[in-house]
Amino acid sequence: MFEEALLHVCNLNKQFGSGCSQCSNPSSRMLEKNYCPACGTVYACQDISFDLFPGEILGIVGESGSGKSTMMQCMYFDEEVTSGEAFINDTTLEGENVFALSSQKKRYIRNNKYGMVYQNPVHGLKMNFSSVGNIAEKLIAAGNRHVADMEQTSRELLESVHIPLFRMKEEPQYFSGGMQQRVQIAKALSNNPPVLFLDEVTTGLDLSVQANVLDLIKNIQRESGISMIVVSHDLAVIRMLADRTIVMLNGSIIEEGLTDQILEDPQHAYTQQLVYSLL
Amino acid sequence: MKADTHFAFFDEGSKKEIRRAVLHAVAIPGYQVPFASREMPIARGWGTGGLQITLSIIGREDVLKVIDQGADESVNAVSIKKLVQDTTGVLTTESTQDASVIQSRHRIPEVPLTKEQILVLQVPMPEPLRPVEASEYQTKRLHAEDEYSGAWLLLFEQIMKYGRTATDADHPVVVNDRYLMAPSPIPRFDNPKMHQSEALILLGAGREKKIYAVPPYTDVTSLAFDDYPFTVESFEGKRCRLCGAEDVFMDELIDEENGETVYQCNDTSYCLERLNQQAKAEVEKEHV
Repeated sequence: MFEEALLHVCNLNKQFGSGCSQCSNPSSRMLEKNYCPACGTVYACQDISFDLFPGEILGIVGESGSGKSTMMQCMYFDEEVTSGEAFINDTTLEGENVFALSSQKKRYIRNNKYGMVYQNPVHGLKMNFSSVGNIAEKLIAAGNRHVADMEQTSRELLESVHIPLFRMKEEPQYFSGGMQQRVQIAKALSNNPPVLFLDEVTTGLDLSVQANVLDLIKNIQRESGISMIVVSHDLAVIRMLADRTIVMLNGSIIEEGLTDQILEDPQHAYTQQLVYSLL
Repeated sequence: MKADTHFAFFDEGSKKEIRRAVLHAVAIPGYQVPFASREMPIARGWGTGGLQITLSIIGREDVLKVIDQGADESVNAVSIKKLVQDTTGVLTTESTQDASVIQSRHRIPEVPLTKEQILVLQVPMPEPLRPVEASEYQTKRLHAEDEYSGAWLLLFEQIMKYGRTATDADHPVVVNDRYLMAPSPIPRFDNPKMHQSEALILLGAGREKKIYAVPPYTDVTSLAFDDYPFTVESFEGKRCRLCGAEDVFMDELIDEENGETVYQCNDTSYCLERLNQQAKAEVEKEHV
């Protein structure tokens, strides 16, 4: 535990709605799940703090509506945070709260430091551009201006995610869901980001494809040592991938620890229920 | 001159608003300034953006030239010229050197422009990122964040599909190392003429309600990848069938009788001027 965290998040809050006198004080608020019955404000993320270490996979589980995806979107700057801080261990961004940076700098971090794989490939890919073009887009955004280079990189990446090369110039809209997801993973990996976000990557895929995608992720992590945050409501996925796990309920973290520990000896009532309902 | 219109068709308030947009555009080279595009006596898409700029900057001393795809005598060019002349009484010309304001659709004249001249270009699609991003809100943000990978991606896709960039007109340019700009549908051949141009270039899009500008002596670079450099249309070995000019932008015509392909200057006034000079030289030679 002497390693320095790659990503350090403190007290991330995200609310939808302005809040009222009954719910604006975090210690005394009375919510129905994460929803204030008096004014209708939704507290999607409440005081979320965690660290991500180099080379580890951090799992995040929780039921739907628990704030997992909102937290990911905040981390990837798709959504503005209401309050909170995050720090990246990077020489140029030393000591700077990335949530407070200008949108140009946020764009730089997205293009150079982060990769994102969305649950729905429609959000991560341009469906009417070729697969190789989709991967090149991320490379272009990171400053590459050499066509042959980018084509070569895309070729290697598509090969590593098992997309047949004779289909590399086809548009992802003609691909199956599993292939689209793999193209998205290739795109996210294209500029060797130190941090990769995976949001419910296997949801909606059939079992054999799920196994393929999971294998792929595990391999990438082993070979390139990328740190990943994996959001899933599927404990099996978390058990297979994650070293450490965070359990979320109604927008807050209720339990965190080593994945094995959480699955073998859950402490919180909700986690117990979650683990025991695992088939 | 039509007696019942205000000078240059517009009321002074309208001209002032458009001139302000023009000044704003000159101050931020390549940035698209929104303006309140007016209803005009010609339909939107027929050069109303250019016409509104021309009408708001023209003065009594100005000499106007209007070109439509290189031709001075096409219907559209003539109609616009007539409208401006009827409402202002300014002189019109076909010679590029004599004009002080040149309104053009899809061409920059062959004769180099000078610092005394203003070129007004008509623009159908001012947003170079529109093919990749449909939302105006988003494209404005992309411009603000200097995020132009979408435009590069379009060129990359063309290279993947055709082995080269396949833009024929409207090849995107970066102005003053900052804003990505649609140069209006001028051929790639004309893109280099914008770089360090002596004349002020104003671009107006009437339907899209945008005005933007390339001030004199501004850097304009056409987008190109390191291993696929920017090239202009090549007319190597071709000469104009009328005046014999080389190194100009030419129209490709097919002779209907014998099926032969012939070439001819696209800029009609340039061609005519050369023909006149040749005729004059011939006459002088014979009557020494």
